[in-house]
Amino acid sequence: MSRRSVIGAATIALLFAVWYLTTVPLHLISPGRFPSPPDVWVSFKQVAFTGYANGLLYQHILHSLLLVVLGFAVAVISGVPLGLLMGWSRKAEALINPVFLFIRPIPPLAWIPLAILWLGIGDAAKIMVIWFAAFVPCVINSSTGIRMIEPYVIEAARMLGTPRRRLVAEILVPAASPLVFTGLRLSLQASWTTLVAAELVGALYGLGRILNVAQQDIYPGMIFVGMACVAFFGWAMTWLLALVEARSLAWMQTARAR
Amino acid sequence: MAAGPSQRLSVLESIAYGAAGALLLLGVWSGLSLSGAVPHEFLPSPYDVASRFVQLIAVPFAGGTLLQHLASSVMRFSYGFFLGALVGIPLGLMMGWFRILDEIVSPIFDGFRFIAPIAWVPFAALWFGTGIGGPILIIFAGAFPPCLINSYRGARFVSRPLIEAAQMLGTRNFRIILEVLLPASTASIVAGLRVSAGLGWQSLVGAELIVASTGVGFMMSQAQLDLATPTVMSAMVAIGLTGLLFDVALRWIETTVRRRGLA
Repeated sequence: MSRRSVIGAATIALLFAVWYLTTVPLHLISPGRFPSPPDVWVSFKQVAFTGYANGLLYQHILHSLLLVVLGFAVAVISGVPLGLLMGWSRKAEALINPVFLFIRPIPPLAWIPLAILWLGIGDAAKIMVIWFAAFVPCVINSSTGIRMIEPYVIEAARMLGTPRRRLVAEILVPAASPLVFTGLRLSLQASWTTLVAAELVGALYGLGRILNVAQQDIYPGMIFVGMACVAFFGWAMTWLLALVEARSLAWMQTARAR
Repeated sequence: MAAGPSQRLSVLESIAYGAAGALLLLGVWSGLSLSGAVPHEFLPSPYDVASRFVQLIAVPFAGGTLLQHLASSVMRFSYGFFLGALVGIPLGLMMGWFRILDEIVSPIFDGFRFIAPIAWVPFAALWFGTGIGGPILIIFAGAFPPCLINSYRGARFVSRPLIEAAQMLGTRNFRIILEVLLPASTASIVAGLRVSAGLGWQSLVGAELIVASTGVGFMMSQAQLDLATPTVMSAMVAIGLTGLLFDVALRWIETTVRRRGLA
Protein backbone atom coordinates (compact mmCIF):
# COMPACT_ATOMS: atom_id res chain seq x y z
CA MET A 1 0.00 0.00 0.00
CA SER A 2 1.21 3.44 -0.81
CA ARG A 3 1.91 6.06 1.82
CA ARG A 4 -0.98 8.09 0.47
CA SER A 5 -3.60 5.37 0.92
CA VAL A 6 -2.32 4.46 4.41
CA ILE A 7 -2.60 8.07 5.59
CA GLY A 8 -5.97 8.38 3.85
CA ALA A 9 -7.34 5.28 5.56
CA ALA A 10 -5.93 6.44 8.90
CA THR A 11 -7.60 9.83 8.51
CA ILE A 12 -10.97 8.30 7.73
CA ALA A 13 -10.64 5.90 10.67
CA LEU A 14 -9.69 8.78 12.97
CA LEU A 15 -12.65 10.80 11.74
CA PHE A 16 -15.01 7.93 12.56
CA ALA A 17 -13.42 7.51 15.99
CA VAL A 18 -13.83 11.23 16.75
CA TRP A 19 -17.41 11.11 15.52
CA TYR A 20 -18.20 8.15 17.76
CA LEU A 21 -16.40 9.49 20.83
CA THR A 22 -17.88 12.99 20.68
CA THR A 23 -21.43 11.73 20.26
CA VAL A 24 -21.88 8.55 22.29
CA PRO A 25 -19.60 8.40 25.34
CA LEU A 26 -18.60 12.06 25.73
CA HIS A 27 -21.86 13.77 24.70
CA LEU A 28 -19.97 16.74 23.33
CA ILE A 29 -22.40 17.00 20.41
CA SER A 30 -26.08 16.98 21.24
CA PRO A 31 -28.03 14.20 19.47
CA GLY A 32 -30.57 16.83 18.42
CA ARG A 33 -27.89 18.55 16.34
CA PHE A 34 -25.89 15.73 14.86
CA PRO A 35 -26.59 11.99 14.98
CA SER A 36 -24.30 9.43 16.54
CA PRO A 37 -23.25 6.37 14.52
CA PRO A 38 -25.88 4.18 16.29
CA ASP A 39 -28.55 6.81 15.51
CA VAL A 40 -27.61 6.65 11.85
CA TRP A 41 -27.79 2.86 11.90
CA VAL A 42 -31.26 2.95 13.48
CA SER A 43 -32.45 5.50 10.91
CA PHE A 44 -30.99 3.45 8.10
CA LYS A 45 -32.75 0.29 9.29
CA GLN A 46 -36.00 2.23 9.64
CA VAL A 47 -35.97 3.66 6.12
CA ALA A 48 -34.63 0.47 4.58
CA PHE A 49 -37.05 -1.99 6.17
CA THR A 50 -40.11 -0.21 7.56
CA GLY A 51 -40.10 2.82 5.30
CA TYR A 52 -40.01 6.58 5.73
CA ALA A 53 -41.59 9.45 3.79
CA ASN A 54 -44.01 7.28 1.76
CA GLY A 55 -41.66 4.45 0.93
CA LEU A 56 -38.75 2.15 1.51
CA LEU A 57 -35.22 3.32 0.86
CA TYR A 58 -34.78 1.34 -2.35
CA GLN A 59 -38.03 2.80 -3.74
CA HIS A 60 -36.82 6.35 -3.09
CA ILE A 61 -33.45 5.58 -4.62
CA LEU A 62 -34.92 3.91 -7.70
CA HIS A 63 -37.33 6.79 -8.18
CA SER A 64 -34.55 9.40 -8.02
CA LEU A 65 -32.25 7.41 -10.27
CA LEU A 66 -34.97 6.80 -12.83
CA LEU A 67 -35.78 10.51 -13.03
CA VAL A 68 -32.13 11.47 -13.39
CA VAL A 69 -31.61 8.94 -16.14
CA LEU A 70 -34.73 10.10 -17.99
CA GLY A 71 -33.94 13.81 -17.67
CA PHE A 72 -30.31 13.27 -18.55
CA ALA A 73 -31.23 11.16 -21.58
CA VAL A 74 -33.64 13.81 -22.86
CA ALA A 75 -30.95 16.48 -22.42
CA VAL A 76 -28.29 14.43 -24.18
CA ILE A 77 -30.53 13.46 -27.07
CA SER A 78 -31.56 17.08 -27.64
CA GLY A 79 -28.39 18.86 -26.57
CA VAL A 80 -25.54 16.96 -28.18
CA PRO A 81 -26.88 17.07 -31.78
CA LEU A 82 -27.78 20.74 -31.37
CA GLY A 83 -24.29 21.48 -30.05
CA LEU A 84 -22.68 19.58 -32.92
CA LEU A 85 -24.81 21.52 -35.39
CA MET A 86 -23.91 24.84 -33.75
CA GLY A 87 -20.24 23.92 -33.85
CA TRP A 88 -20.44 23.02 -37.52
CA SER A 89 -22.53 25.85 -38.88
CA ARG A 90 -21.80 29.44 -37.92
CA LYS A 91 -25.22 30.38 -39.21
CA ALA A 92 -26.99 27.95 -36.91
CA GLU A 93 -24.85 29.19 -34.05
CA ALA A 94 -25.66 32.86 -34.74
CA LEU A 95 -29.34 32.01 -34.98
CA ILE A 96 -29.54 29.99 -31.77
CA ASN A 97 -27.09 32.00 -29.68
CA PRO A 98 -29.57 34.65 -28.50
CA VAL A 99 -31.74 31.93 -26.98
CA PHE A 100 -28.67 30.70 -25.12
CA LEU A 101 -27.61 34.12 -23.95
CA PHE A 102 -31.06 34.34 -22.48
CA ILE A 103 -31.26 30.91 -20.85
CA ARG A 104 -27.66 30.30 -19.80
CA PRO A 105 -27.32 32.75 -16.90
CA ILE A 106 -30.47 31.45 -15.20
CA PRO A 107 -29.31 28.78 -12.74
CA PRO A 108 -31.10 25.44 -13.24
CA LEU A 109 -32.48 25.57 -9.71
CA ALA A 110 -34.29 28.82 -10.55
CA TRP A 111 -36.49 26.87 -13.00
CA ILE A 112 -37.99 24.82 -10.20
CA PRO A 113 -40.88 27.18 -9.29
CA LEU A 114 -41.81 27.63 -12.95
CA ALA A 115 -41.67 23.88 -13.51
CA ILE A 116 -43.99 23.37 -10.54
CA LEU A 117 -46.37 26.04 -11.87
CA TRP A 118 -46.44 24.40 -15.27
CA LEU A 119 -46.35 20.73 -14.43
CA GLY A 120 -47.06 20.33 -10.70
CA ILE A 121 -44.82 18.49 -8.24
CA GLY A 122 -44.88 15.20 -10.14
CA ASP A 123 -42.24 13.54 -12.28
CA ALA A 124 -42.78 15.68 -15.39
CA ALA A 125 -41.68 18.85 -13.59
CA LYS A 126 -38.53 17.12 -12.35
CA ILE A 127 -37.65 15.94 -15.82
CA MET A 128 -38.15 19.44 -17.19
CA VAL A 129 -35.84 20.94 -14.56
CA ILE A 130 -33.18 18.29 -15.11
CA TRP A 131 -33.44 18.89 -18.82
CA PHE A 132 -32.77 22.60 -18.36
CA ALA A 133 -29.85 21.84 -16.04
CA ALA A 134 -28.20 19.25 -18.27
CA PHE A 135 -28.96 20.74 -21.67
CA VAL A 136 -26.62 23.76 -21.56
CA PRO A 137 -23.34 21.92 -20.77
CA CYS A 138 -24.17 19.30 -23.44
CA VAL A 139 -24.67 21.94 -26.12
CA ILE A 140 -21.70 24.13 -25.22
CA ASN A 141 -19.17 21.31 -24.99
CA SER A 142 -20.36 19.55 -28.13
CA SER A 143 -20.14 22.76 -30.07
CA THR A 144 -16.65 23.50 -28.73
CA GLY A 145 -15.69 19.91 -29.56
CA ILE A 146 -16.45 20.48 -33.24
CA ARG A 147 -14.69 23.85 -33.25
CA MET A 148 -11.51 22.31 -31.83
CA ILE A 149 -11.11 19.86 -34.71
CA GLU A 150 -8.07 20.77 -36.78
CA PRO A 151 -9.40 22.20 -40.06
CA TYR A 152 -6.95 20.19 -42.14
CA VAL A 153 -8.55 16.95 -40.96
CA ILE A 154 -11.87 18.04 -42.39
CA GLU A 155 -10.23 19.45 -45.51
CA ALA A 156 -8.37 16.21 -46.12
CA ALA A 157 -11.60 14.24 -45.81
CA ARG A 158 -13.33 16.64 -48.17
CA MET A 159 -10.55 16.49 -50.68
CA LEU A 160 -10.91 12.72 -50.74
CA GLY A 161 -14.58 13.20 -51.54
CA THR A 162 -15.94 11.77 -48.29
CA PRO A 163 -19.75 11.85 -48.36
CA ARG A 164 -21.34 14.02 -45.71
CA ARG A 165 -22.83 11.15 -43.73
CA ARG A 166 -19.46 9.49 -43.39
CA LEU A 167 -17.84 12.82 -42.56
CA VAL A 168 -20.21 13.23 -39.64
CA ALA A 169 -20.11 9.65 -38.42
CA GLU A 170 -16.43 8.92 -38.88
CA ILE A 171 -14.71 12.25 -38.37
CA LEU A 172 -16.77 14.92 -36.68
CA VAL A 173 -18.44 12.86 -33.96
CA PRO A 174 -15.37 10.84 -32.96
CA ALA A 175 -13.08 13.87 -32.99
CA ALA A 176 -15.50 15.88 -30.86
CA SER A 177 -16.21 13.04 -28.45
CA PRO A 178 -13.67 13.89 -25.70
CA LEU A 179 -15.29 17.27 -25.17
CA VAL A 180 -18.75 15.80 -25.60
CA PHE A 181 -17.93 13.52 -22.68
CA THR A 182 -16.75 16.49 -20.62
CA GLY A 183 -20.15 18.02 -21.30
CA LEU A 184 -21.91 14.81 -20.30
CA ARG A 185 -20.01 14.69 -17.01
CA LEU A 186 -20.93 18.26 -16.14
CA SER A 187 -24.51 17.58 -17.23
CA LEU A 188 -24.81 14.53 -15.05
CA GLN A 189 -23.57 16.36 -11.97
CA ALA A 190 -25.93 19.25 -12.67
CA SER A 191 -28.80 16.78 -13.15
CA TRP A 192 -28.24 15.12 -9.81
CA THR A 193 -27.93 18.39 -7.85
CA THR A 194 -31.00 19.80 -9.53
CA LEU A 195 -33.06 16.71 -8.93
CA VAL A 196 -32.24 16.67 -5.23
CA ALA A 197 -33.18 20.35 -5.01
CA ALA A 198 -36.42 19.82 -6.91
CA GLU A 199 -37.33 16.91 -4.64
CA LEU A 200 -36.55 19.02 -1.58
CA VAL A 201 -38.92 21.70 -2.82
CA GLY A 202 -41.76 19.29 -3.46
CA ALA A 203 -42.04 15.61 -4.29
CA LEU A 204 -43.82 12.43 -3.30
CA TYR A 205 -40.82 10.09 -3.49
CA GLY A 206 -37.08 10.35 -3.83
CA LEU A 207 -33.96 11.04 -1.80
CA GLY A 208 -34.76 14.75 -1.69
CA ARG A 209 -38.14 13.83 -0.25
CA ILE A 210 -36.43 11.87 2.56
CA LEU A 211 -34.30 14.93 3.33
CA ASN A 212 -37.31 17.21 3.27
CA VAL A 213 -39.44 15.09 5.61
CA ALA A 214 -36.47 14.47 7.92
CA GLN A 215 -35.89 18.21 8.09
CA GLN A 216 -39.51 18.84 9.06
CA ASP A 217 -39.39 16.04 11.64
CA ILE A 218 -36.05 17.38 12.99
CA TYR A 219 -34.59 13.90 12.61
CA PRO A 220 -30.78 14.22 12.31
CA GLY A 221 -30.17 10.50 11.83
CA MET A 222 -32.43 10.39 8.79
CA ILE A 223 -30.95 13.61 7.38
CA PHE A 224 -27.57 11.91 7.58
CA VAL A 225 -28.81 8.80 5.79
CA GLY A 226 -30.35 10.96 3.04
CA MET A 227 -27.17 12.95 2.54
CA ALA A 228 -25.02 9.83 2.49
CA CYS A 229 -27.25 8.34 -0.22
CA VAL A 230 -27.11 11.56 -2.27
CA ALA A 231 -23.31 11.54 -2.06
CA PHE A 232 -22.96 7.83 -2.77
CA PHE A 233 -25.18 7.76 -5.85
CA GLY A 234 -23.71 11.03 -7.13
CA TRP A 235 -20.32 9.40 -6.92
CA ALA A 236 -21.52 6.10 -8.42
CA MET A 237 -23.05 7.80 -11.46
CA THR A 238 -19.94 9.85 -12.14
CA TRP A 239 -17.84 6.71 -11.83
CA LEU A 240 -20.10 4.82 -14.22
CA LEU A 241 -19.90 7.59 -16.80
CA ALA A 242 -16.10 7.68 -16.48
CA LEU A 243 -16.12 3.95 -17.19
CA VAL A 244 -18.23 4.45 -20.32
CA GLU A 245 -15.95 7.29 -21.37
CA ALA A 246 -12.83 5.16 -20.97
CA ARG A 247 -14.45 2.39 -23.05
CA SER A 248 -15.67 4.72 -25.79
CA LEU A 249 -12.45 6.64 -26.07
CA ALA A 250 -10.18 3.59 -25.85
CA TRP A 251 -9.43 3.94 -29.58
CA MET A 252 -7.96 7.33 -28.86
CA GLN A 253 -5.37 5.99 -26.44
CA THR A 254 -4.21 3.41 -28.96
CA ALA A 255 -4.16 6.00 -31.74
CA ARG A 256 -1.98 8.24 -29.58
CA ALA A 257 0.31 5.44 -28.52
CA ARG A 258 1.05 4.49 -32.09
CA MET B 1 -24.37 23.71 -44.28
CA ALA B 2 -21.54 22.68 -46.52
CA ALA B 3 -19.71 25.87 -45.54
CA GLY B 4 -18.05 24.02 -42.68
CA PRO B 5 -16.81 25.31 -39.40
CA SER B 6 -13.88 27.25 -40.74
CA GLN B 7 -15.86 29.92 -42.53
CA ARG B 8 -16.68 32.90 -40.36
CA LEU B 9 -19.71 35.11 -40.77
CA SER B 10 -19.32 38.81 -41.39
CA VAL B 11 -20.33 41.13 -38.54
CA LEU B 12 -23.45 42.14 -40.41
CA GLU B 13 -24.45 38.52 -41.03
CA SER B 14 -23.97 37.49 -37.42
CA ILE B 15 -26.02 40.46 -36.21
CA ALA B 16 -28.74 39.61 -38.71
CA TYR B 17 -28.85 35.95 -37.68
CA GLY B 18 -28.70 36.85 -34.00
CA ALA B 19 -31.57 39.29 -34.36
CA ALA B 20 -33.54 36.70 -36.32
CA GLY B 21 -32.98 34.17 -33.54
CA ALA B 22 -34.03 36.61 -30.83
CA LEU B 23 -37.09 37.68 -32.80
CA LEU B 24 -38.03 34.06 -33.41
CA LEU B 25 -37.83 33.33 -29.68
CA LEU B 26 -39.86 36.40 -28.72
CA GLY B 27 -42.27 35.76 -31.59
CA VAL B 28 -43.00 32.15 -30.63
CA TRP B 29 -43.32 33.12 -26.99
CA SER B 30 -45.66 36.08 -27.64
CA GLY B 31 -47.56 34.10 -30.25
CA LEU B 32 -48.27 31.25 -27.85
CA SER B 33 -49.26 33.61 -25.09
CA LEU B 34 -51.22 36.31 -26.93
CA SER B 35 -53.13 33.97 -29.24
CA GLY B 36 -54.47 32.17 -26.19
CA ALA B 37 -53.08 28.82 -27.34
CA VAL B 38 -51.52 28.59 -23.89
CA PRO B 39 -53.48 30.05 -20.96
CA HIS B 40 -52.27 33.46 -19.92
CA GLU B 41 -51.69 32.54 -16.27
CA PHE B 42 -49.55 29.72 -17.55
CA LEU B 43 -47.35 31.61 -19.98
CA PRO B 44 -47.57 35.40 -19.71
CA SER B 45 -46.36 37.36 -22.71
CA PRO B 46 -42.86 38.91 -22.69
CA TYR B 47 -44.54 42.29 -22.32
CA ASP B 48 -46.37 41.16 -19.15
CA VAL B 49 -43.15 39.90 -17.63
CA ALA B 50 -41.27 43.10 -18.48
CA SER B 51 -43.97 45.33 -17.01
CA ARG B 52 -44.23 43.14 -13.90
CA PHE B 53 -40.46 43.35 -13.54
CA VAL B 54 -40.54 47.17 -13.65
CA GLN B 55 -43.51 47.21 -11.28
CA LEU B 56 -41.73 44.97 -8.75
CA ILE B 57 -38.89 47.46 -8.45
CA ALA B 58 -41.31 49.84 -6.71
CA VAL B 59 -44.16 47.66 -5.41
CA PRO B 60 -43.31 45.19 -2.62
CA PHE B 61 -44.10 41.50 -2.97
CA ALA B 62 -43.69 38.94 -0.15
CA GLY B 63 -42.30 41.50 2.26
CA GLY B 64 -40.11 43.59 0.01
CA THR B 65 -39.49 45.04 -3.41
CA LEU B 66 -37.47 43.10 -5.94
CA LEU B 67 -34.40 45.19 -5.14
CA GLN B 68 -34.73 44.58 -1.39
CA HIS B 69 -35.00 40.82 -1.90
CA LEU B 70 -32.09 40.94 -4.30
CA ALA B 71 -30.01 42.94 -1.82
CA SER B 72 -30.64 40.41 0.93
CA SER B 73 -29.69 37.54 -1.40
CA VAL B 74 -26.54 39.29 -2.59
CA MET B 75 -25.50 39.99 1.00
CA ARG B 76 -25.86 36.32 1.97
CA PHE B 77 -24.06 35.35 -1.19
CA SER B 78 -21.12 37.65 -0.43
CA TYR B 79 -20.69 36.23 3.07
CA GLY B 80 -20.73 32.63 1.87
CA PHE B 81 -18.59 33.32 -1.17
CA PHE B 82 -15.90 35.19 0.76
CA LEU B 83 -15.91 32.55 3.47
CA GLY B 84 -15.42 29.88 0.79
CA ALA B 85 -12.54 31.82 -0.76
CA LEU B 86 -11.03 32.66 2.62
CA VAL B 87 -10.91 29.00 3.66
CA GLY B 88 -10.52 27.35 0.25
CA ILE B 89 -7.66 29.32 -1.27
CA PRO B 90 -5.17 29.16 1.64
CA LEU B 91 -6.04 25.52 2.30
CA GLY B 92 -5.61 24.64 -1.37
CA LEU B 93 -2.23 26.38 -1.56
CA MET B 94 -1.03 24.73 1.62
CA MET B 95 -2.20 21.34 0.34
CA GLY B 96 -0.19 22.01 -2.80
CA TRP B 97 2.91 22.65 -0.71
CA PHE B 98 2.73 20.35 2.35
CA ARG B 99 2.37 16.78 1.19
CA ILE B 100 1.11 15.48 4.53
CA LEU B 101 -1.74 18.01 4.56
CA ASP B 102 -2.72 16.93 1.06
CA GLU B 103 -2.75 13.29 2.14
CA ILE B 104 -4.89 14.04 5.19
CA VAL B 105 -7.41 16.46 3.67
CA SER B 106 -7.89 14.85 0.24
CA PRO B 107 -9.82 11.74 1.36
CA ILE B 108 -12.14 13.85 3.55
CA PHE B 109 -12.63 16.39 0.80
CA ASP B 110 -13.36 13.68 -1.80
CA GLY B 111 -15.98 12.23 0.51
CA PHE B 112 -17.72 15.55 0.99
CA ARG B 113 -17.40 16.74 -2.59
CA PHE B 114 -20.12 14.42 -3.83
CA ILE B 115 -22.71 15.77 -1.43
CA ALA B 116 -24.73 18.17 -3.57
CA PRO B 117 -24.60 21.60 -1.87
CA ILE B 118 -28.36 21.66 -1.72
CA ALA B 119 -28.40 18.45 0.34
CA TRP B 120 -26.92 20.48 3.20
CA VAL B 121 -30.20 22.37 3.54
CA PRO B 122 -31.67 20.27 6.40
CA PHE B 123 -28.52 20.38 8.54
CA ALA B 124 -27.92 24.04 7.66
CA ALA B 125 -31.40 24.89 8.89
CA LEU B 126 -30.97 22.75 12.00
CA TRP B 127 -27.58 24.17 12.96
CA PHE B 128 -27.70 27.79 11.89
CA GLY B 129 -31.39 28.56 11.35
CA THR B 130 -33.04 29.80 8.20
CA GLY B 131 -32.14 33.49 8.53
CA ILE B 132 -28.60 34.14 7.47
CA GLY B 133 -26.41 31.38 8.93
CA GLY B 134 -28.12 28.44 7.22
CA PRO B 135 -28.04 29.88 3.70
CA ILE B 136 -24.41 30.92 4.18
CA LEU B 137 -23.44 27.31 4.92
CA ILE B 138 -25.12 26.21 1.69
CA ILE B 139 -23.41 28.90 -0.41
CA PHE B 140 -20.17 27.89 1.27
CA ALA B 141 -20.80 24.25 0.33
CA GLY B 142 -21.21 25.35 -3.29
CA ALA B 143 -18.38 27.88 -3.46
CA PHE B 144 -15.69 26.19 -1.38
CA PRO B 145 -14.73 23.14 -3.53
CA PRO B 146 -13.77 25.03 -6.73
CA CYS B 147 -11.68 27.49 -4.67
CA LEU B 148 -9.80 24.64 -3.05
CA ILE B 149 -9.36 22.56 -6.21
CA ASN B 150 -8.13 25.42 -8.35
CA SER B 151 -5.67 26.85 -5.86
CA TYR B 152 -4.38 23.33 -5.19
CA ARG B 153 -3.89 22.67 -8.90
CA GLY B 154 -2.39 26.10 -9.37
CA ALA B 155 0.13 25.44 -6.62
CA ARG B 156 1.00 21.99 -7.99
CA PHE B 157 1.68 23.28 -11.48
CA VAL B 158 4.05 26.08 -10.50
CA SER B 159 7.25 25.49 -12.47
CA ARG B 160 9.88 23.60 -10.51
CA PRO B 161 12.80 26.01 -11.21
CA LEU B 162 10.89 28.86 -9.53
CA ILE B 163 10.39 26.83 -6.37
CA GLU B 164 13.93 25.47 -6.42
CA ALA B 165 15.37 28.96 -6.82
CA ALA B 166 13.38 30.12 -3.82
CA GLN B 167 14.45 27.10 -1.78
CA MET B 168 18.07 27.59 -2.73
CA LEU B 169 17.87 31.10 -1.36
CA GLY B 170 16.63 29.65 1.92
CA THR B 171 13.07 30.97 1.71
CA ARG B 172 10.80 29.70 4.47
CA ASN B 173 7.75 27.57 3.73
CA PHE B 174 5.16 30.26 4.33
CA ARG B 175 7.03 32.85 2.31
CA ILE B 176 7.22 30.36 -0.56
CA ILE B 177 3.45 29.88 -0.36
CA LEU B 178 2.75 33.60 -0.18
CA GLU B 179 5.37 34.93 -2.55
CA VAL B 180 5.91 32.10 -5.04
CA LEU B 181 2.88 29.78 -5.15
CA LEU B 182 0.16 32.42 -4.71
CA PRO B 183 1.31 34.80 -7.45
CA ALA B 184 2.11 31.95 -9.82
CA SER B 185 -1.29 30.34 -9.43
CA THR B 186 -3.42 33.48 -9.46
CA ALA B 187 -4.87 32.79 -12.91
CA SER B 188 -6.03 29.35 -11.84
CA ILE B 189 -7.44 30.73 -8.58
CA VAL B 190 -9.44 33.44 -10.30
CA ALA B 191 -10.81 30.87 -12.75
CA GLY B 192 -11.86 28.84 -9.70
CA LEU B 193 -13.54 31.88 -8.19
CA ARG B 194 -15.66 32.23 -11.31
CA VAL B 195 -16.88 28.66 -11.00
CA SER B 196 -17.40 29.23 -7.27
CA ALA B 197 -19.51 32.31 -7.82
CA GLY B 198 -21.75 30.46 -10.27
CA LEU B 199 -22.23 27.45 -8.00
CA GLY B 200 -22.61 29.59 -4.88
CA TRP B 201 -25.23 31.80 -6.47
CA GLN B 202 -27.24 28.88 -7.72
CA SER B 203 -26.99 27.07 -4.37
CA LEU B 204 -28.28 30.20 -2.67
CA VAL B 205 -31.29 30.40 -4.94
CA GLY B 206 -32.03 26.75 -4.22
CA ALA B 207 -31.65 27.26 -0.48
CA GLU B 208 -33.96 30.25 -0.52
CA LEU B 209 -36.59 28.26 -2.37
CA ILE B 210 -36.67 25.78 0.48
CA VAL B 211 -35.94 27.74 3.66
CA ALA B 212 -35.84 31.51 3.92
CA SER B 213 -38.02 34.47 4.70
CA THR B 214 -36.36 36.98 2.38
CA GLY B 215 -34.38 36.87 -0.84
CA VAL B 216 -35.20 36.36 -4.50
CA GLY B 217 -35.51 32.61 -4.10
CA PHE B 218 -38.07 33.11 -1.33
CA MET B 219 -39.89 35.63 -3.51
CA MET B 220 -40.09 33.05 -6.28
CA SER B 221 -41.45 30.35 -4.05
CA GLN B 222 -44.13 32.71 -2.70
CA ALA B 223 -45.05 33.77 -6.22
CA GLN B 224 -45.29 30.11 -7.19
CA LEU B 225 -47.73 29.48 -4.33
CA ASP B 226 -49.78 32.49 -5.51
CA LEU B 227 -49.72 31.12 -9.09
CA ALA B 228 -48.21 34.47 -10.12
CA THR B 229 -46.27 33.38 -13.19
CA PRO B 230 -45.12 36.89 -14.25
CA THR B 231 -43.59 37.41 -10.80
CA VAL B 232 -41.81 34.05 -10.96
CA MET B 233 -40.40 34.94 -14.37
CA SER B 234 -39.35 38.42 -13.23
CA ALA B 235 -37.44 36.87 -10.35
CA MET B 236 -35.79 34.45 -12.79
CA VAL B 237 -34.69 37.37 -14.94
CA ALA B 238 -33.31 39.18 -11.88
CA ILE B 239 -31.43 36.05 -10.76
CA GLY B 240 -30.00 35.55 -14.25
CA LEU B 241 -28.90 39.18 -14.57
CA THR B 242 -27.26 39.21 -11.14
CA GLY B 243 -25.41 35.97 -11.83
CA LEU B 244 -24.30 37.38 -15.18
CA LEU B 245 -23.03 40.51 -13.42
CA PHE B 246 -20.88 38.46 -11.02
CA ASP B 247 -19.51 36.48 -13.93
CA VAL B 248 -18.68 39.57 -16.00
CA ALA B 249 -16.93 41.18 -13.03
CA LEU B 250 -14.85 38.08 -12.29
CA ARG B 251 -14.06 37.58 -15.96
CA TRP B 252 -12.79 41.16 -16.07
CA ILE B 253 -10.58 40.46 -13.06
CA GLU B 254 -9.39 37.25 -14.72
CA THR B 255 -8.28 38.97 -17.92
CA THR B 256 -6.68 41.83 -15.99
CA VAL B 257 -4.73 39.38 -13.85
CA ARG B 258 -3.69 37.35 -16.89
CA ARG B 259 -2.42 40.43 -18.64
CA ARG B 260 -0.63 42.19 -15.84
CA GLY B 261 0.00 39.51 -13.27
CA LEU B 262 -0.48 40.21 -9.59
CA ALA B 263 1.60 43.33 -9.15
